[in-house]
Amino acid sequence: MRHIRFPTSDLRPPASERRVLLGHGSGGKLSADLVEELIVPRFSNPALDALGDSAVVAIPEGGGRLAITTDSYVVDPIFFPGGDIGDLAVNGTVNDLAMAGADPLYLTLGMVIEEGLLFSDLERVLDSVKRSADSAGVKVVAGDTKVVPRGKADKLFLNTSGVGLVPAGFVSARENIGPGDAVILSGTIGDHGVAVMSKRAGLGFATEVRSDTAALHRMAAALRRLGGALRFMRDPTRGGLAATLCEACRGRPCGVEIGETVIPIDPGVRAACDLLGLDPLHVANEGKMVAFVAPERADEALAAMRGFVEGNDAAVIGRAVETRPGMVVLLTRAGGKRIVDLPAGEILPRIC
Amino acid sequence: MKYIDEFHDGAAAGALSAKIAAAAGRIGRPVRLMEVCGTHTVAVHRHGLRDLFPPGLKLVSGPGCPVCVTPADYVDSAIKAASLPGVTVVTFGDMVRVPGSRSTLVDARASGADVRVVYSPTDALEAAAGEPAREVVFLGVGFETTVPSVAGTMVEARRRGVKNFSVLGAFKQIPNTMRALISDPALAIDGFLCPAHVAAIIGSAAYSFIPAEFKRPCVVAGFEPLDILYGVLGLVTQLAEGRAEVENQYSRVVKTGGNALARRVVHEVLEPADAVWRGIGTIPVSGFRIREGWRDQDAARRFDLSVPALVENPGCRCGEVLRGSLDPPGCSLFGKGCTPERPVGPCMVSSEGSCAANYKYSRQE
Amino acid sequence: MCLAVPMRVVGDPEGSRATVEAEGVVRVVDVSLVEGVVPGDYLIVHAGFAIEKLDVADAEERIELFREMARLDAENPGTEKGG
Repeated sequence: MRHIRFPTSDLRPPASERRVLLGHGSGGKLSADLVEELIVPRFSNPALDALGDSAVVAIPEGGGRLAITTDSYVVDPIFFPGGDIGDLAVNGTVNDLAMAGADPLYLTLGMVIEEGLLFSDLERVLDSVKRSADSAGVKVVAGDTKVVPRGKADKLFLNTSGVGLVPAGFVSARENIGPGDAVILSGTIGDHGVAVMSKRAGLGFATEVRSDTAALHRMAAALRRLGGALRFMRDPTRGGLAATLCEACRGRPCGVEIGETVIPIDPGVRAACDLLGLDPLHVANEGKMVAFVAPERADEALAAMRGFVEGNDAAVIGRAVETRPGMVVLLTRAGGKRIVDLPAGEILPRIC
Repeated sequence: MKYIDEFHDGAAAGALSAKIAAAAGRIGRPVRLMEVCGTHTVAVHRHGLRDLFPPGLKLVSGPGCPVCVTPADYVDSAIKAASLPGVTVVTFGDMVRVPGSRSTLVDARASGADVRVVYSPTDALEAAAGEPAREVVFLGVGFETTVPSVAGTMVEARRRGVKNFSVLGAFKQIPNTMRALISDPALAIDGFLCPAHVAAIIGSAAYSFIPAEFKRPCVVAGFEPLDILYGVLGLVTQLAEGRAEVENQYSRVVKTGGNALARRVVHEVLEPADAVWRGIGTIPVSGFRIREGWRDQDAARRFDLSVPALVENPGCRCGEVLRGSLDPPGCSLFGKGCTPERPVGPCMVSSEGSCAANYKYSRQE
Repeated sequence: MCLAVPMRVVGDPEGSRATVEAEGVVRVVDVSLVEGVVPGDYLIVHAGFAIEKLDVADAEERIELFREMARLDAENPGTEKGG
């Protein structure tokens, strides 16, 4: 009788080629393996480790109000210069909490994975989630994983919900903005959008520009010390600075006037925008904030922002005005004025 | 960016503005100038340059960009191509929101058509080479600036033997279009800021018929704020001095004779033809078509892309708006049958077009 | 449809392709429409094609003219206005 040797070790693909299977989302053994192997060891904390139907957490002492937010992340490609979808999913939700005046506490992490995603890519993203969450001081306390057949999702979609605590008495609302208020921007615009576009098929260009993805809650907390002099905060993400400013004053009795020469912008971002025919005011950011501040406290707010790495380039870019209520006007470098609009749709390269 | 930023200086812009006011004052009557090219229109708007002109000087927008003047049935054909099994339509980003008779390419993509946006026709050729099982149709729109790039890509596709690449052409030519606009006796334009990157290909001399036959001054100007202001200064200076000639102020890029090599590539692949302009109608010899010898790369002959013929809306008065003889609200369709959401003519299609701008700003005041 | 920007050629062109750069933005463009492209040339890039060379001396001359205008205007503000 001949001895047949089965090359058992070869049945498993090498670790570098291991891929997520539909079964990893089936609720069975593979699902449990994935949670035990990838999730729990990374994010371990008592609320998560219980692996219950809900994470049960204590509300911190001292009162205040809960801020609750959710956001989904579908960026293509999932890895880009300066970060990946994991960084975005943490920082984006932390920033949404921070702009409401909250100190972020907890995150959930929902994943929709396209069958066939490399385990190594998934782990790289989860490492980023872990690193960003640790750095922001938030805990991932609950999660969910679904796997869909090839073509039904694009590699990996993430959803994070966030819970934070807003100190009693603090309100950030666009209704607080009044004429004369200073508009302060925490740094350069358009970095994230240009970094992502540079990697997109059909546009391919190389650039040294990197995504600005960053958590802004510490900077926001520092600004909260201004009390009522801090009127309103918002992070300009999709739609860029233009969309944020338009939304801040839409339907309000005052408008906003900003100066082209004082808006911080990296020369590489401007060059990429010139090449593709884009308006940098419309290009996405993932680590910037705009604060409306009472004029007499503007210097103080600016100094506070510049005290953080992510606010080194902060600048007063304009002010709220009574002329042209509800509109955003740009004073151009050439000395003219133009009305700044929301982008009409998705941001596409133009050649005319 | 080097050789761009230097042409944005606010102090020089202020100095030019004062010179324009002085020269315009010497003319002694209101002046209407036209920027013919959509890229000039966008730049004038984006840099707020109208604020730097004196009250008696009006800069009106010309036919805009080749995208805005693309007839609705061309868009319908492109949508039909994108809806064929195995066909990918690849286009410049400018095209995807231009309305056909019922919908746009963005709508078609949402309904499952494969529509992709690229920066260059070479990206479309790469897509074809990378997916030999699919048919890639590139939307060949453009003025003389863009036409050589598309023609060059067709030459390259043949050289590399890429068989699944074709072009749906709607190429346009500027000179005869300007002639058609200018020949109207009702023309109320005193001078022209001529398309400059078009001139890089066809040469500044291609505009010499305008002063020669129509006694209107022309300036070929670049697209940065100081270039445009200097161009306007050139026009008002000519008017003040009673001159009418072609002045090439963009000599750092444009030569009198243009780029003969680029024209040779175009000539190899394309031949002059009549073209339909949205809202205006057919203008003789104002476009190009793909030559018989290149029919294998002509999407219109390779696929059945026929769509019901559209009759230009007889109510559309874009032609008059473009000639400067009618203000947008004077058109009976304005704001009723024709809005930025459902535009009829090119002046409403382009976000910076005369009608779209008028519609938008009149609502905000 | 005529957006084009000046970008500098870095490295020798290979056939019809050349690498161009501006402010760290790098792209390979087609140079088959322009004769005699060499490293250091500034090309006018439109839709991935060089459509012409930029004449640097001409550009510098124009920049100097504009600087001069700005300087004179700063020394004698508004003198033109009276016309």
